[in-house]
Amino acid sequence: MKRDFLRKIGGYVFAVVFIVAGWWLTAIVLNSPALPTPAETIRVLAGNVDVLVPYFWTSAYRVVVSLLVGTLLAVPIAQVCAHSRTLDALFAPVLYLLYPIPKVVLLPILLVLLGLADAPKIVLISLTVFFQVLVAVRDAVRAVPESAELAVRALGGSAWDEYRHVALPSTLPAVFTSLRIGVGTAIAVLFIAEAMAGSTGLGYFIMQSWSMVNYPRMFAGIIAMALLGVVLYAVFDLLERSLARWR
Amino acid sequence: MKTTGATLDFTGAGVVYDDGAELLRALRDLTVSICAGESIALIGPSGCGKSTILRLASGLLAPTEGSVLVNGEPVGRPRRETALIPQDLGLLPWKTVLRNAALGLQIRRVPKAEADARAGAALAQVGLAGFERSFPKELSGGMRQRLALARALAMDADLLLMDEPLSAVDALLRESLQDLLLNLWKERGHTQLLVTHSIEEAVFLGTRILVFSPRPATLVADIANPGAGSSGWRDSVEFARLCNEVRNALSGQGASS
Repeated sequence: MKRDFLRKIGGYVFAVVFIVAGWWLTAIVLNSPALPTPAETIRVLAGNVDVLVPYFWTSAYRVVVSLLVGTLLAVPIAQVCAHSRTLDALFAPVLYLLYPIPKVVLLPILLVLLGLADAPKIVLISLTVFFQVLVAVRDAVRAVPESAELAVRALGGSAWDEYRHVALPSTLPAVFTSLRIGVGTAIAVLFIAEAMAGSTGLGYFIMQSWSMVNYPRMFAGIIAMALLGVVLYAVFDLLERSLARWR
Repeated sequence: MKTTGATLDFTGAGVVYDDGAELLRALRDLTVSICAGESIALIGPSGCGKSTILRLASGLLAPTEGSVLVNGEPVGRPRRETALIPQDLGLLPWKTVLRNAALGLQIRRVPKAEADARAGAALAQVGLAGFERSFPKELSGGMRQRLALARALAMDADLLLMDEPLSAVDALLRESLQDLLLNLWKERGHTQLLVTHSIEEAVFLGTRILVFSPRPATLVADIANPGAGSSGWRDSVEFARLCNEVRNALSGQGASS
C-alpha cells in the first residue's frame, strides 16, 4: 500500500521533471521571447502572484459554477429519459443533433443577450458540460441491471428508494468520469469566452499580456490556467475512484 | 428470535402474461393453502412458472385470475414482512455487505443505528461477521448467498420466499447452506417457500413438497414430508423413499404431457 503510494509519487515527480526538461530544451532551441524558459516563468509568476490571483479566482468561479449547473441539470433529465421510453424516443433525436454542435459558436449570441460579465461564460460552459454528462449518465442508467431495481421493489421500496439505492449510486461514477473528461473542454471554452469578451479572468489576462508583448506575464497566465485544469481533473479523478470502489 | 409465520392461500390463482403479440399462460388454477410455519418446496421442470408463484406471493405480481391471500388479506403490493431472495440474489454491487444487509430495514425507515445493529447481528448469524465493509464482488458465491439470507433475516420476515437460492454453489457448500436454512427456519418459525430443481433439496427442506407440471405450471402432487428437519433425515431410508416418490411424480408428469 505504502509502496504503491511511493511509486505513484515517484511517477509524478518523473513526469514533472520530464515536462520541465522538455519545455526548457524547446525554449533554448527556439530562443524566442514568446516561449520563456521555466526559470524565467517562475520568476515572473512569483512577481505577479498578487496580480494573477484575482484573475485566477474569477476563472475558477466561472468554471466550477458551470460544472455544477450543467451536471445538476443533466443528471435528472438523463435519469428520466433512461426510464421513460416515450420521453427517450422524443429526446434522443434532439440530443443526437445537438450533441455534436460545438457550443462555443453560440458565444456571440450569448454576448449580445447576456452582456460581457459572468453570465454568458457560465451559460456557455454549462451547455457544454450538460450534453457531455447527459449522454454519459443516460448510457450508465441503461447498463443498470434490472434485478437491482426488482430487489428494491420486492423489499417494499418506493420510486424514491429505487432512485436513491439504485439509479443514483450506480450512475455517480459515470458523472465524475464525464466531468473529468469534460474539464479540458470546459477550460478551453472558458479561455475563448474570456479572451473574446470582458476584462476579467485568466483568458483576458493571457491575451492582454500577449497584446502588450509581455511574454513572461502571458506565460504566467497560461501556467495558472493549466494549473486550474490539473486541479479540477485531479479532484474528479479522486471522487470517481472513491465512489467506484465497488467495480 | 421467534416469529409467527404468515399463512398463504392461493385460490384458483392463474397468471397470463400479455407481451403485446400473444398471451402466455404461466400458471393455471392453483389452489393451495399454506399454514403458518410450514416449509414448502416447489419443484418442477425448469421454466415451468414456479418463479411466477413466488412473485405472486411477494406481491410483485397480481394474479390475472383467482386470488392470493397472505394472512387472509390480498397482496396488492410488496408487504414489508415478506422477504424475497431472487434467483440472482438481488445484491446491490455498489453497496457494502453491511449496507446490503441493512437495505430492507433502511427502506422501512428504521433508524440507521438500529438498522446497522440488526444487519450486523444477521450477518453474524449467517457467518459473515468481519466482512461488513467488503463489497459483494469480493465475496465467494456461497458468501453472497449468505448475504442475501442475512438481508431477509435482518428484516425479521414472517414469510421467506426463495427462488433457487442455492443453484450457484457447489455440492458440498450446498449441503452446509441447506443446513443453515433448515436451522434458521427451525429457530425462527417463519413460513418459507423454496423453489428448487433439486429433488434432494426439496425433500431435505420441505415439510411439504408441491410438484408442478411444465408450463403453464399446474399442481400435480402435494406430498407431505413430516420427517423434514428431524436429525439424521438426510441419511434415513424414509428420505430415500420420498426422493423416489417426488421423482416419480415429476417423471409421471413428463410422460403424460
